Amino acid sequence: MVNEVLFWVVAVLTVPPALSLLFARKAAHIAMSIVLVMVGLAAAYVGLDAPFLGVVQIVVYTGAVMMMFLFVLMLVGVDRREDLRETITGQRWIALFAAGGLALLLVSVVGRVTIEPAPRGVVGNPEEIAMVLFGEYVLVMEVLGALLITAAVGALVMTHTPRLTPRRTQSELQAARVLAGADPVNKPMPGVFARHNALDAPALDPEGRPIEHSVSRVLEARDQMSEGTDFRARLENTRNPEDYQRPSGAPSHDADDRKGRREGRDEEGAQ
Amino acid sequence: MNPMNYVILASILFAIGSAAVLLRRNAIVAFMGVELMLNAANLSLVAFARIHDQLDGQVMAFFVMVVAAAEVVVGLAIIIAVFRARQSISLDEPAELKG
Repeated sequence: MVNEVLFWVVAVLTVPPALSLLFARKAAHIAMSIVLVMVGLAAAYVGLDAPFLGVVQIVVYTGAVMMMFLFVLMLVGVDRREDLRETITGQRWIALFAAGGLALLLVSVVGRVTIEPAPRGVVGNPEEIAMVLFGEYVLVMEVLGALLITAAVGALVMTHTPRLTPRRTQSELQAARVLAGADPVNKPMPGVFARHNALDAPALDPEGRPIEHSVSRVLEARDQMSEGTDFRARLENTRNPEDYQRPSGAPSHDADDRKGRREGRDEEGAQ
Repeated sequence: MNPMNYVILASILFAIGSAAVLLRRNAIVAFMGVELMLNAANLSLVAFARIHDQLDGQVMAFFVMVVAAAEVVVGLAIIIAVFRARQSISLDEPAELKG
């Protein structure tokens, strides 16, 4: 006979989660409830002397099928709201009536059946299943193999989208970028070496001016960018004799050529 | 305890699955209802295999699992293809024709 406690455990483990199929709102919650139903059914199979099927149930249904459901759920957008408008008037009540009638009919008819179960004999362990599967049903097995391959190819064909435009190579993309007026070289990294090496400070160009676009746009949008002017100011206040000739205000292009600075130093040395 | 109780449980699960197919608009949820119905059929097959003490029922349930796996692959591929074409997986799209 069959373990009674196991039956009630399985019944409690399967029916309430299955009801979430009707009442839960989010598809991800429903998928996880159905996983629970599948695990409960696997326990039922083990209790019904079919341990091989129990393991297959866990591997195939909870492991593969329901995970694929979740994948597709994520692909099509998990937070998509279900449209609850009724297009056929009273469809909800008609459907509930039909399904309830079906349940009533099946339960009342099946409940009246009195079959005395055979005493416990064969157990569906892998060896026994294999004897039947590869003996009597070997042709069905072959056909199922063909079916699986066909299904895989069919899924590939259906989800494959042909490329509408020719593939653009990396060098073509780069040429287009330069043609559009982009800088052909990399942007400078943010941060001032040896002073403030954080990402929020703009880099300084050779004349000591901050380069605004060296800081990430995200920090700019969040208003977390530091100006960089204080670093520049400290650079100019240093008592470096080489900077002697530099004007104290904003550095100018005119004053800052290397030749002029060298000449100024030479004059200083002569004095 | 008689294994027929499992068949009753299977009928209840089957009815819940069919109600989901009739009620829900989301194609994926309706598809999960179909899966639940297949599982209910499997449960009754295994229960009958136990009642008659033969392995044929279990082998049938195994075949149903294989077919269900192939069906899920193709069905979900169809859902993805439909979603790409119409940006929606609602089963009620023909209602849009009424305006």
